[in-house]
Amino acid sequence: MSLYDYLYYIILPLLSLSLVFVFVRFLKGPTIIDRVIALDLIVTIGIGIISVYSIIYNQPNFLDIALILALIAFLGTVAFTYYLEKKNKND
Amino acid sequence: MTNIIIIIVSTLGTIFAMLAAIGLIRMPDTYLRISVNTKAATLGVGLLLGAAAIYFGEIAISSRVLAIIIFIFLTAPIGGHLLGRTGYISGNKLCDKTHIDDLKDQYNKKTHELSSKDQEEASAEKENK
Repeated sequence: MSLYDYLYYIILPLLSLSLVFVFVRFLKGPTIIDRVIALDLIVTIGIGIISVYSIIYNQPNFLDIALILALIAFLGTVAFTYYLEKKNKND
Repeated sequence: MTNIIIIIVSTLGTIFAMLAAIGLIRMPDTYLRISVNTKAATLGVGLLLGAAAIYFGEIAISSRVLAIIIFIFLTAPIGGHLLGRTGYISGNKLCDKTHIDDLKDQYNKKTHELSSKDQEEASAEKENK
């Protein structure tokens, strides 16, 4: 079993399974904060999947996308919490 | 030899991402879920990106990977803190097994400012003297 087979048939399915688990919490989440946490974790695991893809297809340029995705995830979390807190302030 | 190292590192990273996903489902409480999130962000993704750095083995790509890891390490605690603060202010309950709530009645409900009772008592004592 070569490295590519191992990454393609074991690592990527396991990461996809963990994405499914997180998505269950995203759908169930009792409060909106739980959904924001799940969204953050989905993007974080997505960065891991991108790095595995860049190994399989021998394309280091994919790592730039991972950097931008990390930036967007942080900005999204900050924006969500900022406006959720403001919503509670007015009532 | 390099292949074996990549296999070990990527497997460890995947295990951490998997544990975080299972923890997100099984944790009883919003605040415990936030703590799980930070673990996946640091060790799981850090090891997976490290596997990519070992595979390519060039300084240009390794420095890029290092930049991503440092960025995630810096932003994950900030995001966790903001989520926990907003969750506490919007009234999420702690789970039944948590007994100590140090922040109880410490947030001003209108201005969302954090005040400490000990400090107020100390300043009152100073004024009396």
